[in-house]
Amino acid sequence: MLALLKRDLTLATRAGGGFGLAVAFFLILCALVPFGVGPDSEALRPIAPGILWVGALLSSLLSLDRIFALDHEDGSLDLLATAPIPLEGVVAVKAFAHWITTGLPLVVAAPVFGLLLHLPGEAVFWLILSLLIGTPALSMLGAFGAGVTVGLRRGGLLLSLLVLPLYIPTLIFGTEVTRRGAEAADPFTPMLFLGGITAGVLALVPFAAAAALRVNLR
Amino acid sequence: MSLLAVHDLAVARGGLRAVEGVSFTLQEGKALILRGPNGIGKTTLLRCVAGLQPPVAGRIELAADAVAYAAHADGLKSALTVAENLRFWAQVFGGGDEARALEWMELTALADRPALALSAGQKRRLGLARLLVSGRPLWVLDEPTVSLDAASVGRFADMIRMHLSGGGAALMATHIDLGLDEAQVLDLTPYRARPGRVERPAGFNEAFA
Repeated sequence: MLALLKRDLTLATRAGGGFGLAVAFFLILCALVPFGVGPDSEALRPIAPGILWVGALLSSLLSLDRIFALDHEDGSLDLLATAPIPLEGVVAVKAFAHWITTGLPLVVAAPVFGLLLHLPGEAVFWLILSLLIGTPALSMLGAFGAGVTVGLRRGGLLLSLLVLPLYIPTLIFGTEVTRRGAEAADPFTPMLFLGGITAGVLALVPFAAAAALRVNLR
Repeated sequence: MSLLAVHDLAVARGGLRAVEGVSFTLQEGKALILRGPNGIGKTTLLRCVAGLQPPVAGRIELAADAVAYAAHADGLKSALTVAENLRFWAQVFGGGDEARALEWMELTALADRPALALSAGQKRRLGLARLLVSGRPLWVLDEPTVSLDAASVGRFADMIRMHLSGGGAALMATHIDLGLDEAQVLDLTPYRARPGRVERPAGFNEAFA
């Protein structure tokens, strides 16, 4: 399993791997919003948590179809399915690799992008924490969507449609944590919900994704 | 001891039965070559044996984690070097001598080249070298000699002989003569599913059967 994680990370950082794509997209979004809304800090401040979370969600969506599609094309997925690693483990490792290459850079970059949107300083900590807790669920749900659509040509659209509704609870509670952090209100209740969603997703979704992959490999 | 026993197997491709009533056993040290016209279900049968899809009817008896499967796609990552590709599969399948596998397929000189720069035949040789590092006793090979030159085909036949003499077995579908005179041949043509018994594709529910 470690070998698979190492291979996925190596592939992501080599030419054409797409590492940094999510952060670049996140940066573009956060840089464009002030142009669209206007640079007035009073206008930006209330929408900053929402924009940052929507940006994180869309950036993570961008590279989802690569989780399994590339391995399916070159036959690696068939070979992994016959390997001694359980398919659930393959899903978990690949989702983790996706999180390291997309979710983690977003968490690191978010405070800087928060500045662009006049996010109050006291909310930065809560933004980082909520992204850290919430983004693993995005990668894992995405792995499920990628597993369902793996055999399809141009499955990207269907993948987005399948996955976006599943992302909404994470988005709502993640934004709420950051918003309450900005207003110095109590962020713990939405934080617990966010953590609960992530824990549930990490525990259950690998089995669903592996089942979907088995059907698609037939 | 038999590594693989297939009883009255029927397989379906795209919801339609391809072959049915196929039975054979494969002992240690034996090779079985499947023949038959295009579309008769050789690949589908091999995928069933490899556990990638369920049979429609019949039984497949084999030990868990016994199969090394090699199909048309070699599972290579073009951004990784030859040695890295092979090392990954060696680690996933739990070991095996990578240097010896490279030596067998005459890839040692290419070990540090990215897989992107390999020719089709060299890629195939790398895909076959993976069998040696898998450490699995039963090789299930789907058209293993595609894009290999004559010398490499001979080398590959030697590799299979070596595997068989070590107590392994091989089940393969191929159209060309490998020079493996000791291998048994099973022609699938008589087992073609009769049109009258073809079941209609079950549509949506088929995916969850």
